This record gives sequence, C-alpha cells and structure tokens, in this order.
Amino acid sequence: MFPLFLFSQEKIKGQIFEESTKNQVFGLAGANVYWLNTEVGTITDIDGNFTIAYKPDYKSLVISYVGFKTDTLAIGAPTEIKHRLQPTGSLNAITVKSRNQTTSRSYFQAANVINVSSAELLKAACCNLSESFETNPSIDVNFADAITGTRQIRMLGLTSPYILIATENIPSVRGASQAYGLSFIPGTWVESIQITKGAGSVVNGFEGIAGQINAELVKPYSDDALFVNLYGASNERLELNTHINTKVNNKWYTGLYLHGNTHNKRHDNNNDGFMDMPVFNQINIMNRWQYIDTAKGFMSFINLKFLNDEKQTGELDFRPENDKLTTNHWGSEIETTRYELSAKLAYVNPEIPWQSIGVQTAFSGHKQNSYFGLSRYNIVHNSLYTNAIYNTIISDSRHKIKTGLSYTYDHYDEAVNARNFNSDFERTENSIGAFFEYNFNNLELFNLTAGIRVDHHNLFGAFVTPRVHARYSPWSKSAFRASFGRGKRSANIFTENQQLFATSRQINILNSGGNIYGLNPEIAWNYGLSYLQGFNLFGRKADITLDFYKTDFKNQVVVDWENPLEINFYNLNGKSFANSFQAELNYDAFENFDLRMAYKFYDVKTDYNSGRLERPLTPKYRFFTNVGYKTHHDEEQLGYWKFDATFNWLSHQRYSNTLSNPVQFQLPNRTPTLATLNTQITKVFSPKFEIYLGGENITNVRQPNPILGTNNPFGPNFDSTFVYGPIFGSLYYAGLRYTLN
Amino acid sequence: MKNVIVTAIILIGVLGFSQNKNAKATMEVDGVCGMCKARIEKACLNTKGVKFAAWNTDNHQLELIYNDNKTDLNKITKQILAAGHDVKEQKATDAAYATVHPCCKYRDLEVRKNHKPKQDE
Repeated sequence: MFPLFLFSQEKIKGQIFEESTKNQVFGLAGANVYWLNTEVGTITDIDGNFTIAYKPDYKSLVISYVGFKTDTLAIGAPTEIKHRLQPTGSLNAITVKSRNQTTSRSYFQAANVINVSSAELLKAACCNLSESFETNPSIDVNFADAITGTRQIRMLGLTSPYILIATENIPSVRGASQAYGLSFIPGTWVESIQITKGAGSVVNGFEGIAGQINAELVKPYSDDALFVNLYGASNERLELNTHINTKVNNKWYTGLYLHGNTHNKRHDNNNDGFMDMPVFNQINIMNRWQYIDTAKGFMSFINLKFLNDEKQTGELDFRPENDKLTTNHWGSEIETTRYELSAKLAYVNPEIPWQSIGVQTAFSGHKQNSYFGLSRYNIVHNSLYTNAIYNTIISDSRHKIKTGLSYTYDHYDEAVNARNFNSDFERTENSIGAFFEYNFNNLELFNLTAGIRVDHHNLFGAFVTPRVHARYSPWSKSAFRASFGRGKRSANIFTENQQLFATSRQINILNSGGNIYGLNPEIAWNYGLSYLQGFNLFGRKADITLDFYKTDFKNQVVVDWENPLEINFYNLNGKSFANSFQAELNYDAFENFDLRMAYKFYDVKTDYNSGRLERPLTPKYRFFTNVGYKTHHDEEQLGYWKFDATFNWLSHQRYSNTLSNPVQFQLPNRTPTLATLNTQITKVFSPKFEIYLGGENITNVRQPNPILGTNNPFGPNFDSTFVYGPIFGSLYYAGLRYTLN
Repeated sequence: MKNVIVTAIILIGVLGFSQNKNAKATMEVDGVCGMCKARIEKACLNTKGVKFAAWNTDNHQLELIYNDNKTDLNKITKQILAAGHDVKEQKATDAAYATVHPCCKYRDLEVRKNHKPKQDE
C-alpha cells in the first residue's frame, strides 16, 4: 500500500555544490536535503546529487550541511534544482578585532588556568623559558645560587621540582634537566604558556603537586616563513634565534629552529674575586614536521631536538686548562648534551567532532658532566614517555570523558664525588598507568572536572591519584573555583639541589629504607580555592582574583641546610606545608594601557630535625606591578611603540642557620627586603620589523656579598647558596625581530 | 519497473536518512550573546537524542548532531522556540520570548547594537 502511494508522488532531482576558494564548484556529498516541517528527507550522494519526493503542499526545501550556511528554497513546482552552499566561514567576512589581553584567566574552565600569549612573552625580551615568567605574578623567579646564574621558578611557594613542566603536554623539565631545563627552551620557540594552579589534570601523569606549566611551541604550519631575532646585552651576552618554516606539500610542513647564545666576558662587579655570572655557550636545534589532513581528521608532529650547553664559572683567574680539579683557583664547568625525539599522532573524527584519539611518545637522552671545585657530579638520564588518550562524550556534549593509558621509563646513572662522599647511584623507574577524566559542563553556571589515575610503579608499587576541579559562577563575570588533588614523585636529590656542590658542605643522606637514595617518595595533597570577578571601573574593564592554596606533604624529602657545614637529606618526620594567598588586579585603565598588580603571601614551613622552620630564602610577602602601554595603531598606521615596566618587591627572607660558624661567616637571621625594576621599550615599524631596548634591574640593586668564604674557597666555610637578590646589578639590552610571512 | 527501482532507492535513502545515529543539521537561530548561546545550546541538548549543539554568536548558525531515531529537527526546533529564540522560519511565542533575560532581547534593535563588538584596535 505504501509504495503504491509513493508512486503517485512526483520527484524532484537536484545537485548541491560547494564553492571553493578559486571559484571552482564541486558536488557536495552528504548534505541534508529535506522538506521543512516534515520528516521527508535525503542526503546527497558522492557527486552531490539527490532525489526527493515532492507533494504540492511541500513548499520549503531545506539544504544543510555542517560548516555551510543552511539554505531554504521556496519550491513552487517540481523542477530540477542546482544549488550552491556557502561555507559559514565566508558569511562574516568582516573581521572583528577586539583587543585581547595578553594574559588571561578563563571564566569558564574548571581548573584555575592562566593563559600567557606570545604578546605577553615579548614583554621581557629574554631569552629562555625561565625568564619568560618575569611579567607573571603567579610564578616567582629566583636565583638558585651565586655561581651558575641559574634562575629557579616557584609556584605557590614551592620550587620547580613540584611543578609539572611540559612542552606540548609531554613532561619535559624533570629528572636530570630539572636544574637547568627551563634555560634549554628558547623564548622564541614558545608560542603560548598555560599555567594551571593546583593539582591539574591526571592526563599528564601523577607528578605535579603545586601546579602544571605547559609551553606550546611554535608550529611549522602557523609560524612565520622566516623569523630572525638578534639580542645583545651590556654584559656582552649575544643571542641569535632563527626560524625557517616551509610547506613541503599539501599535508606536510616543516620547520627548522636554531638558537645560539654566548657570553664570554668575565664580570666581577662586587670585587669578590668570583665571576658574577658564568661564561657560556649554547647551541640548540629543533626540527619539527607537522602533518595535517583535515578532511580525514589526521594530525601529526615529529620533533627532533639537540642541545649542547657549556658553562664555566668560579674565580676570575680560573682557567680550566690549568686549574681544573686543582686548588690553584676555585672553578666549575657544567657541560650538558641532550637530545629528544618525540612524535604525536591525533585523529579527530571529521564526522563527529567530539571523538578523537591521540598517541604521543617522547624519548630523551640527557647527559651532564660537571665539576665544582674539587667535587664532581655526572648524570646520565634516559627517559621514555608514552601516552594514549581517547576523547568522547556520554549521551551529549555536556558530559565529556578522556581516558587512556600511559607508560614511563627513566634510567638514572649518577656519579657523585664530593668531600667525604663518593658514591655511584644507578636506578631504573618505570610505571604503567590508566587514567579517566570526566568533565561536566552545564554551559552556564557550573563546570566540573574529576579525574582519577591508577599507576603501577616499579619502586612505589600501585597507587591511586585523584584530582578534582570545579567552577561555579553564581552571577555575571564571576568564577568560584575549588580543587584538590594528590601528587607523588621521587626526589632526585643531587640534580635538583646542584648548588650544594658549590659549597664545602658535607652531604648526608639519612637512610629511611626507601628505594631512591634510601629515601621514600614524596607525596602531597593540594587544596585550592579561588574567586575571579570581572567588573567595570570608571567604564573600563577590570578583574580581580583571590587565590588560596594549601599544599600538605604526607611525605617529603627534606633538604636541610640548617647546619652550615652539612646538607642533610631525610624523609619528613612531622609536618610540611605551603600556604599561599594571592590577590591580583588587572585593569585596562585607559585606551591601550594595562595595569596588573598582585600581592602574595606565603607561609611555607617544614619540620626539620632542628624544629619547625620557615623554608629558607622564601619571602613571606611579595608585591608585583606590571604596566604596559601601546601607542595607537591601525591598518593605516602600522608603526607604534610599546612600553612595559615590571616592579617586584620581596619581603625579608630567612637565611638558613649559620650560628655555629665562626663569627665572620655568620649571617643575620633574615635578608634585607628587595625591590627591582625592569623596563622595556619596543618600536614596531611594521608587522615585519621591530626593535627593542630594555633594562633589567635598572635601579642597580645588588646583594653585596653573595658568597661566604671567598678568601678560602677550599676551606670549610665556602658557600654560594645564600642568594636572595641580583648579583650583577643593572643590565641593558637591545635586539631586533624580523619576520617574513 | 524503472519507477519501482527509483522508489526503492528513495525509500532506502529516506530510511537511511532516518536511521542516522549522528545526523547533522545546521540552522539559523536568532540571539545576541554568550547567554543566548548557553540558552540555545542547552535547549537543544535537553532534547533527548541531541548529542552536540554549537551556536555561533557571530553568524547565528546552530550546528547540531543528533540521533534521529530518537529525535528530529522539528522537536529540536520546538525546544529552541520554547526557550524564546526565533529560528529562520518560525518565531517564538511572545510568552516564550518574555522569559529571556533583558540583556538578551535580540528582537530589540538597541540590544543588538549594544552587542556589536567594539573595534578597539
């Protein structure tokens, strides 16, 4: 009966086309064709042809396809239809430029994430990832010691080993590269940075405790064809960055990124006989291959990296060829070679946007040979990381899940030859884990990310890592966030505390029967509360953030500097915690003028064998201000000026105990307060060319005597770790950036 | 005979169309802001069978993916209308339109103007 009824109907034939950029037309396969307000419909075949039943009371034929503007055709009679669909992208040809903040916090994500764009990274011209955080109040940058010039970052009052630092979601600054790894990622290679405060996601592993930092690197597809950056500073540091990107064919893109920096001038501004900063040479090469096939939904990256870094420091008169490992002069050399090979493959179902699979794997070999006076420290660390992740939804796109497996392998081989301490350490760590993360977003007020991972580790056994983030926005432009999570890690005591070799301290490890140097792994819980509120102040945009985080160590490898002749490592016996509070204000005070202010309070205490004490060299209060101003520019006026200034104030910091030293080697209980000011001026001539000029620490603040016992560096009281502020004083630099699209 | 084959093909086509677990559709829905976006997408996703809904604030296009065993465009459209948003062919009832937040009164020219992005740069 039904087919007979259909026979009596008429049919309409037609063909649907898509318009390509070159005015060619192609048949559009898979487009939906249906009569409005009926259930009569069909889809076009491979050439865009369709046939559909017709009745006189069908008047509007709807043609739709995701990615194209839906058209409704008025049909008066059964005729053949030829119709062209327009891509939705071309609908609004007007590009609307709204001014983006260079650093922003999301109102919508469950986790407390701070996005740092490439424009923000340009505010401090220098030079590598460790120096990129100077304009960001969530990350503190400190000097690690008076010898190596290494900058150390901190988050929530905790040092960088407690932060999971990844490049493109592959944990990278860890293990042997913990101490200097941030200086091995050149600033121009970084496209953007995401900083997550608190435990973070379970997807990238169980190690992060205070937070996660992810650096996205420049990509061959989107980076400029040619980019050259030259930098020179008044201390005679020179840097060159070159990016060359080409398209190999329709699907493959490749980029070659070269970085070199050199500093060969010996400075001693404080006349203590020791260089204020090391002399160094670094060569850093990266080659990336990017594959994109959007039609099929495949994307891939293959990366090769090679690094060679040489530092030499110590007494001004030290010459390695004559004085290496002698008592002629105190000196140090640190040589690092590192190679990395990583690959990613992602498949996004082109039909179903919520379904994707990704596999990433990375291998790195890291070798450091070094000596400090008469002490030697060598480490080889080989590491493999593999992660497979599947994304999908449950019922609808408000319920997203991520699940997958990961495998890590680390092999460490260390040789430590210090005063009365000669030992080789070799260990292998591997872990296999599964993770599951559920995200619920009700699209308006509430958003929750709950993740759990289960890992089996050859030295830790099996353990569970839960991490939960939630956001609630009860009123407009607000976000209340809460998070908690657990992290676990093995402390690489020597590489993370390398500054100990530039002292005469006796190394002691108080064995607690664990698997890692006789010590047990570190375990901590992190809890966070945060409130973000956007508002208008005198008609201009502003936002304020209040963050409170607590990190509570269940176990820790305590690094005890409290005896000035010793450094002691032992597992926590008692409590150790880090409480941090941050208040931050961002204000777009007038046209093209941004103001960022932050106040931070840290309460970081540990139960040492000598009692509960503040973590040494951790200021209790910090005050931060950054101002940025740009002169007007638009399509006609391409050239403009940018001005930036960053002010930092640090309160008194506790020196570790020196009371048992002879009086001339005793330090006060606390350091003085410290205020530093950095500025930069950039003249943009055109999108292709700009020059910049800047000053670091322009008020020329210096820590007067950063090294104890300089007169007798081979004596018992030599110590270069009591550093709270700049050693070199002010520094000026200039550079240029040239871009060819 | 030819007609029979053609009809069979149409039938298969219609049948195939109606059994698509991930049917796609795009339609125009009126609105102005992020709040409208949330309201429109929520109205769609609250319709059983809708898996994905993304409304573009700039060009007002709503992309849908749904299981058409469980729902169809008519039902989804009704939900959108009930939430107070006009679609290209049909207007929401005044009662439904009255429920949208004052800042989202997209039929009001003044409100539309206020939501135009400022060209700061």
